[in-house]
Amino acid sequence: MPSDHQPNTRSAIAASPATGRNERGLSPARHVLPNGLTILAKETRTTPAITIHAGFHAGTAYDPQDCAGLAHFVSKTIDRGTESRTADQIAEELDSRGVSLTVAVNRHAMWLVCTCLSEDFERILALVGDIAIRPAFPESEVETRRGEIITLLRQDQDNPATVAMETMMRGLYGNDHAYGRPVRGTLETVERMTAGDLRRFHRARFAPQALSLALVGDVGADRAVAATASVFGEWQADAPAGMNVVHVEPARARRSTVLPMMNKAQADVAYGFVAIRRGDPRYYAYWVMNNILGQYALGGRLGDSIRERQGMAYYTFSSLDASVAPGPLVVRAGVGPANVERAVSSIDVELSRFAADGPTDRELAESKQYLIGSMPRTLETNAGIATFLQTAELFGLGLDYDLRLPALLGDVSRDQVHEAARATLDPSRATVVVAGPYSGSLQ
Amino acid sequence: MDVREELLDNGLRVLIQEVHTAPLASVWCWYRVGSKDERPGLSGVSHWVEHMNFKGTTNIPREKVKGIIEQYGGYWNGYTWIDQTTYTETATHDALDHMLFIEAERMANCLYDPSDVESERTVIISELQGGENDPEQLLDQELTAAAFHAHPYRHPTIGWLGDLQTMTRDDLYGYYRQHYVPNNATLVIVGAVDADDAMRSAVKQFGTIPSGALSKSRYTAEPPQLGERRLTIAKEGTTSYLKVAYHAPAATDPDFFALLVLDSVLTGAKGLNLWASFRTPPPQRSARLYQAVVNSGLASAVSGGIVPTQDPFLYTVSLTATAGTALDSLEHRVLQVMDTVRTGGVTPQELAKAKTQLRARLVFEQDSISNIAHQLGFFETIANWRFFSSIPPSIDAVTLEDVARVAAARFTAANRIIGRFEPHAE
Repeated sequence: MPSDHQPNTRSAIAASPATGRNERGLSPARHVLPNGLTILAKETRTTPAITIHAGFHAGTAYDPQDCAGLAHFVSKTIDRGTESRTADQIAEELDSRGVSLTVAVNRHAMWLVCTCLSEDFERILALVGDIAIRPAFPESEVETRRGEIITLLRQDQDNPATVAMETMMRGLYGNDHAYGRPVRGTLETVERMTAGDLRRFHRARFAPQALSLALVGDVGADRAVAATASVFGEWQADAPAGMNVVHVEPARARRSTVLPMMNKAQADVAYGFVAIRRGDPRYYAYWVMNNILGQYALGGRLGDSIRERQGMAYYTFSSLDASVAPGPLVVRAGVGPANVERAVSSIDVELSRFAADGPTDRELAESKQYLIGSMPRTLETNAGIATFLQTAELFGLGLDYDLRLPALLGDVSRDQVHEAARATLDPSRATVVVAGPYSGSLQ
Repeated sequence: MDVREELLDNGLRVLIQEVHTAPLASVWCWYRVGSKDERPGLSGVSHWVEHMNFKGTTNIPREKVKGIIEQYGGYWNGYTWIDQTTYTETATHDALDHMLFIEAERMANCLYDPSDVESERTVIISELQGGENDPEQLLDQELTAAAFHAHPYRHPTIGWLGDLQTMTRDDLYGYYRQHYVPNNATLVIVGAVDADDAMRSAVKQFGTIPSGALSKSRYTAEPPQLGERRLTIAKEGTTSYLKVAYHAPAATDPDFFALLVLDSVLTGAKGLNLWASFRTPPPQRSARLYQAVVNSGLASAVSGGIVPTQDPFLYTVSLTATAGTALDSLEHRVLQVMDTVRTGGVTPQELAKAKTQLRARLVFEQDSISNIAHQLGFFETIANWRFFSSIPPSIDAVTLEDVARVAAARFTAANRIIGRFEPHAE
């Protein structure tokens, strides 16, 4: 495959709207069915295709304490047979229309996502509905997918980037917090999960009240609502319980962990802090801070220092994952074994400098301009719009969020960004993990 | 597809397509130079040159490079592969002149400051080492080297470490000057632009760049393989990987489309956009190999790779063995499936499904101006841009007999290369 100049450094939370499209912005239609299901519909005419994006409040945060990986296991098996369709029948229905269904899971949500041709919309939506409402979790499928998950876990153990990130998240949040547990679970938990566990999770978490369905593309709102009502309208289930968020105390001291993987060529550094919730009013200042620190152009200040000036790493960036609970701000880098200590020191220096001096006026203006200006690009595709609508729905940001976002970013002041940096970027409280061909001891 | 085309006096081909679905414009500048153009001792020079071409020009000082496109909310990137090198910007349409200015500067006026060469040397070695962390990538590299004895597709785009350690500034600059000339390039503009205005801007920015003496590269044709080739990587690790590759036709060979159909039947249709296709998994659950090895529990993943290239390259099936599965049994099952297709072809239902899948993927891949622009330029670097619009009818025209003939000719033992990653514990 081709070699990209830029590694993927986009923040997972970067979602932004179209200002130039027209004065009404996206103006999605939002419709709630009597059973509590929320439909978000947006018509576009770029291609004769429709993206179906069904989000449930069923992420790994709802894994039982002693059963890490349950939501992930459900995501690998939910589409492998329903009460009336076998796995092979589902496969045939999807494949014969060129559709690939992706079931993804993060801390708070499980997503069933696919794109189909407009002519196939009703059929494919009916199939997605059947999968969401009546999955069967057949024993043979559960066993086959268990083997796949165990293989994924073994691959993770051999991947320095995954090892570094998982160890850092456990260090930041601990085993009692949903964010501290591994998304895919452990060999031990995956080995003992049963089809009954998967069915119980589905019964507890999947309900119309917990579903937000974004339908974006070559489909009008009336058609979208009618098709949804026909597939999901009769569905009744108890509303799922909310999540108990365990409070996390920010680290009081620096913690460093080295995990030698001497069979590897490059070491991965994960260096993080507990930051803020998505609903925190300071969120926009943190977003801008993260952009300046480790995103803007080729990795912000970190990219300037570690990649451009010192030539130490092909990739370095920071990411902010503000979510339902206070999420992490993480600095990442991939460096040769001889440069591990120098890279970590450089991160220390950049963070200390940012915390002490804040952003320059120019950096502030440039990052804000970039984030606001990138909205039409982020919202160009059906998939991009669907993701944006789901984020706005999940965090209650409103149907006009795309129109309000430029001002929310534009109003961020230099002092607010400086305060965000001061509150977060303290190397003496960082949790630092290095995994790779390095066996030294970090300070 | 309404494309405005002009060949400027200096040899630069300009392709413009108006698409007014979003207030954006996408610019791609393509060069017909890739790792197959590298001579021994300079492996990786195309890719390194690509990196150097982001580091300042006569009229864009290094410290000003960053920010020009970002101020229009834009994104920029580039890639290098075996046949081509490309640079791209996508931003709001009012940035068009800036994007064209950057690309014109990149073509004519890059600086190659010696200190930038040195700092980029370690960045690229870090990129290479990051790739080596991934057993599959390592296996792919070894497999490709084993498949080609003579043709320069044999060496990896990133280059061999020894060459990356010894290449000089003059090697890089000389290669840049040799290949970065308008008569070796194609400029593509797609988006919310006026085609006449955009053409005038392109002529203004690029029209005065002199063309260069371009000697047509010759590539040694790979002689026929005389028997199965095998290689094994024995390295510390946790997971076993298998790759089964076959020498495949070039994009312009009529057999290419029959192989595309075969890949859809075996592993699900990917489409044909190198920039977008691999970002969405293929519809593959009813595909023959998925059913045979994933649903049976022998492998946790299977994928097929057939990409359009200028010269004959490879069709590669990649598999991850599930924990506890011996590579021998996985390989045995994969070869059984390939043999069944080789001797019996595919069914009419499979052919129809493959065509439907490919048609749908071609629609899905046109969902952004960046993807539309990518396809215009990409095909110009391996054939010509009109080839892209001939793809749907070429797929439609594939018959059961074509598929059977190509499977019989290609999926033979003598035409295959088998690569295995066999991990051992610490």
